[in-house]
Amino acid sequence: MIPIENFLILSALLFAIGFYGVMARRSAILILMSVELMLAAVAINFIAFATYLDADAFSGLVFALFVITVAAAEVGLALGIVLRLYRERRTANVDEADSLKW
Amino acid sequence: MDSTGIVIGFWVLSAITVVSSLLVLVARNLMHALAFLVLAFLGMAGLFITLSADFVAVAQVLIYAGSISVLMVFAVMLTPLASRDNGNSLYVLPGVVAGLGIASLVAFVAVDTEWAERTGAALAESDFASTVGEVGRLLLGRYVLAFEVASVLLLIGLLGAIVLVQERRRAATQSPDEAADTGARDGGAL
Repeated sequence: MIPIENFLILSALLFAIGFYGVMARRSAILILMSVELMLAAVAINFIAFATYLDADAFSGLVFALFVITVAAAEVGLALGIVLRLYRERRTANVDEADSLKW
Repeated sequence: MDSTGIVIGFWVLSAITVVSSLLVLVARNLMHALAFLVLAFLGMAGLFITLSADFVAVAQVLIYAGSISVLMVFAVMLTPLASRDNGNSLYVLPGVVAGLGIASLVAFVAVDTEWAERTGAALAESDFASTVGEVGRLLLGRYVLAFEVASVLLLIGLLGAIVLVQERRRAATQSPDEAADTGARDGGAL
């Protein structure tokens, strides 16, 4: 029998890995991948709570589905922005997209 | 939930997931990073199956490992110059510190809290019962408003992506980056 803490710690690890990726990498595409990792870690949390704690046991699953939906919408839009940035600037590195920097 | 198969499956799948998501950040080549990301998503789908959430596992494989990774492949392929230059930013050390801080904080809370876990028979009841019917009933019942909002969100995301990537062709004027390109080329020729 796996205790719920294992799932929560696993999800915390994945979230931290994704957070490190967002902080430390320059490529906008890799940052997007890290954001996807963080969202998926949250989905693991939702499903663990749904299975272990929820009396109905299904609301968490629905929330995980919504997380996946939002991730799909987000990645579509963000990749559009990356392509636009590459077309304008010939780069996809976030530290070179600094026109708004004072 | 009690069988040793599920316990072994949990450890194997979580090792696969964590190692391949670390390799996403270690890999220098973006395509390799993408392959490891797909592996991590497949491992997560397996973990969802050990949590007897079959529908979400299938949705994870379809949407994350399928379509999102194909979108990422397109993005990598369409930015050929950029995907060569794939270094770290200045924030490596703050990233490590903040990541370890977040992980240890959440892990501490997870271990410290007394979860009101359902155990034994109540948990065994939900073993591998199909969740599809109940999830569908909730989506079109209690969460119907969120369901509709999600569909509007997807529609707006679709329109936004189209608007973002379309070329705005102006016949007479040159866009600034084209001007810069030709300028650079002229300078190089001279």
